[in-house]
Amino acid sequence: MNKGLSKKAEKNMSDDAMIEITDMHKWYGDFHVLQGINLKVQKKERIVICGPSGSGKSTLIRCINRLEEHQKGHIIVDGIELTNNIKDIEKIRAEVGMVFQHFNLFPHLTIIDNLTLGPIWVRKLPKSEAEEIAMFNLEKVHIAEQAKKYPGQLSGGQQQRVAIARSLCMNPKIMLFDEPTSALDPEMIKEVLDAMIELAREGMTMIVVSHEMGFAKSVAHKVLFMDFGQIVEENTPEEFFEHPQHDRTKLFLSQILH
Amino acid sequence: MRHMEEAIKMTETEELKPPVTSVGVIGWVKSNLFSNVFNSILTVVTLYLLWKIVPPLFQWAFIDSVWHTSAKACRGIDGACWSIIYNNFRFIIFGFFPYEQQWRPLVAMFILFGLFFYSRDRKHWKKPLGYAWIVGLFTMGVLMKGGLFGLAPVESTQWGGLPLTLLLSVFGLTAAYPLGVILALGRQSKMPGVKWLCVLYIELIRGVPLISLLFMSSIIFPLFLPEGITINKILRAQVAIILFTAAYIAEVVRGGLQGMSRGQYEAADSIGLNYYLTMRLIILPQALKIVIPPTVSILISAFKDTSLVVIIALWDLMKTTQSVLSNPEWMGFSREAYIFIAILYFLGCFSMSNYSRKLEKELSAGEQQ
Repeated sequence: MNKGLSKKAEKNMSDDAMIEITDMHKWYGDFHVLQGINLKVQKKERIVICGPSGSGKSTLIRCINRLEEHQKGHIIVDGIELTNNIKDIEKIRAEVGMVFQHFNLFPHLTIIDNLTLGPIWVRKLPKSEAEEIAMFNLEKVHIAEQAKKYPGQLSGGQQQRVAIARSLCMNPKIMLFDEPTSALDPEMIKEVLDAMIELAREGMTMIVVSHEMGFAKSVAHKVLFMDFGQIVEENTPEEFFEHPQHDRTKLFLSQILH
Repeated sequence: MRHMEEAIKMTETEELKPPVTSVGVIGWVKSNLFSNVFNSILTVVTLYLLWKIVPPLFQWAFIDSVWHTSAKACRGIDGACWSIIYNNFRFIIFGFFPYEQQWRPLVAMFILFGLFFYSRDRKHWKKPLGYAWIVGLFTMGVLMKGGLFGLAPVESTQWGGLPLTLLLSVFGLTAAYPLGVILALGRQSKMPGVKWLCVLYIELIRGVPLISLLFMSSIIFPLFLPEGITINKILRAQVAIILFTAAYIAEVVRGGLQGMSRGQYEAADSIGLNYYLTMRLIILPQALKIVIPPTVSILISAFKDTSLVVIIALWDLMKTTQSVLSNPEWMGFSREAYIFIAILYFLGCFSMSNYSRKLEKELSAGEQQ
């Protein structure tokens, strides 16, 4: 899986933080789902978050583009703090790409229209330019020949690659992946992971919620383990898999690695 | 390899034909009409009823009937007296519109039908069509009202018959639909003020019959107006129909909105679309498409409900027909008259439902798995 993706060379990243989360809390009613999250993500850094279901990992990344609202603490994305200011939220959302577990393509639009929607309506680009960008990104995920089809005519793996391309059309500074391969049939996982590795190679800042440990090992700079709404362990992939510090991490790894 | 190819060829040539009893006319009759005892009995009973009903009906309507005679000639016959339609056609269709001027509503209706016919094709839904509708509506207005281009003015109190029915339903439905969509969005709003206003409106309007709204518009509403100010009666009835229909459409559209998955909203949010764009580009196109069948049901029933304006003494198609029947000369031929307007209403409703099916098919082309 590791196609000569050198992590060392990129390690000397610039010091500016893309995402800065300090003491962030979130409740669903009385349920304290995120309990004091502190996280700093550098430019070009790639982070994989894993943990048992219900541990709050999806909620955490959904807070970063305000699909979920946090109630305490601070989230600063690319220098803008997330508050109730709707203009700021829309600005951040345009800079942060997101890929969902269930793809969430727009079924009533063709693939190309799915991709040009953001550039045309949010970035206000002319249609021809938006279509150029869309085709460029479809080429990148190797699916350009499907441009005129509807999402329902594509396989799950193809749909997820389209979803990645749709995010890329907004030229995002950060990409969030919320369990991008969990809803896929096994034979389709690789094509999606390959597209993500391709992105990593280009130096995209990425936060990936995933249990694909091979992907984490080869691509991530840092692996986080979350449980009960907290970041339990944070380490390089080598250390994380070889020498997990916490018992809960050890237990979790033993369960998913068999 | 060769063996396999041969094997494949073998199975292709030895393809089995289905047995004769399950194809063709016999197969169809067997599986649809006589598949079991109960169905066989139903088939026999139905055939018996058809044999009892259809031939006499045909005899009455087409063989023993008269088509263009005087009222007297109708009295002695067994068949249908279609002469009532022939002799009163222009009154049923145009009501009290001045006799020599009746070409004007006729032309207006042709313009309307022409525009509808042209608008059927979604390929034509472009800017020029919008202009055509604006020009068309203006021309129809001038034709009906007069007072311009040397046309004699005609008071709206003289409007009646089919043009009035069409006026009430076309404007009623086209205005109620967007209003209903806005109400449905309002009901889903996160702003409590907007939300409760919409809920209040929808529940209040749905809580009263259309008849009472029409009465209110014609009797109670004018009491609140300052003296000397009157609002056209047709307009008031029109507004009542719009308000009433919109409330029902709002509830249907709300159903469609609730059928949308959260993922669609989230995907729209995540590429930075604002509320207005999310609704316009993502949510409404899908939600409105899902609810085409129930929406069309409401539009059809609203079309037929326009006949209720009879009770506030507007001379729509129903009322002109009734008044022909109250003429002593033609009394007693209500069957023929009502069958005639039933056919007109049916044509309207049937083309609506037909078109909605076509639209549904077109809109979902390619989207299915």
